[in-house]
Amino acid sequence: MPLDPAFIGRSYPPSQPYDVSREKIREFAEAIGATSPAYRDAEAAKALGHRDVIAPPTFAIVVSMKTNETVMFDPELQLDYSRVVHGDQNFVHHRPITAGDQLVCVAHIDAITSRMGNDMVTVRTEISTVGGEPVTTAKSMLVVRGEDA
Amino acid sequence: MTYEVGTELPALSVRLRRDDLVRYAGASLDFNPIHWNEKTAKDVGLPDVIAHGMLTMAVASRIVAEWIGDPGAIVEYGCRFGRPVVVPNDGEGALVEVTAKVTKDFEDGTVKVNINAAFDGKSVLTGAFARVRVG
Repeated sequence: MPLDPAFIGRSYPPSQPYDVSREKIREFAEAIGATSPAYRDAEAAKALGHRDVIAPPTFAIVVSMKTNETVMFDPELQLDYSRVVHGDQNFVHHRPITAGDQLVCVAHIDAITSRMGNDMVTVRTEISTVGGEPVTTAKSMLVVRGEDA
Repeated sequence: MTYEVGTELPALSVRLRRDDLVRYAGASLDFNPIHWNEKTAKDVGLPDVIAHGMLTMAVASRIVAEWIGDPGAIVEYGCRFGRPVVVPNDGEGALVEVTAKVTKDFEDGTVKVNINAAFDGKSVLTGAFARVRVG
């Protein structure tokens, strides 16, 4: 059954704050094989003008994971998670995610479209500090494969 | 670092093995079994375990971060997930070859870098690009 376009524009309540730690950034950087000192060494990050170590550009996916799950498992949306594949992903960094940040995510459904039996859902997650400073806008397009696709 | 439109970034080759996928699953909290369990992967019609698209995207970001020096200069990064990177359970894993080129100067202190990530001779990320602050 196609997803209901009436959900376009739906917004979700803000997430619990996510505390960004140096150790989680280091763990993530190691998992992607990234060697930049700005991910591991606070002094090296400060020399580049950052407050503390910064996170790799795709780390925002970790911060927004729980919020995106809230959307995917929204019982009203009736999205069949077993048929979901990640179609595309975009991050706009208003500034780098930095160790010590306390980040809040707010998810919005920006688009629902159908093509060749598949539904496409675009979820935009606005990530900001608890103080309201915008940090990252993350957009994920999820493809819900049709029953026959 | 000098650049102009057309400048090619130093290429990057990354081998992804099963243990890399497990490590990324833990670091990213994405425990979808298609990234570590052959049976689940085959049950949903995949040839074998595949790498997380987000891992391939993260690995491809390194070409820009290593070129620019300050990864905080990456102000935008996006891609579509075109094809899976299939990671067999052997010592070899999958080789992902990343290339990138400066394709546009926005003349506001940022440039566009187009990124290609290839596996098995085919592009796995589609339309991958980063917008990078250079000034």
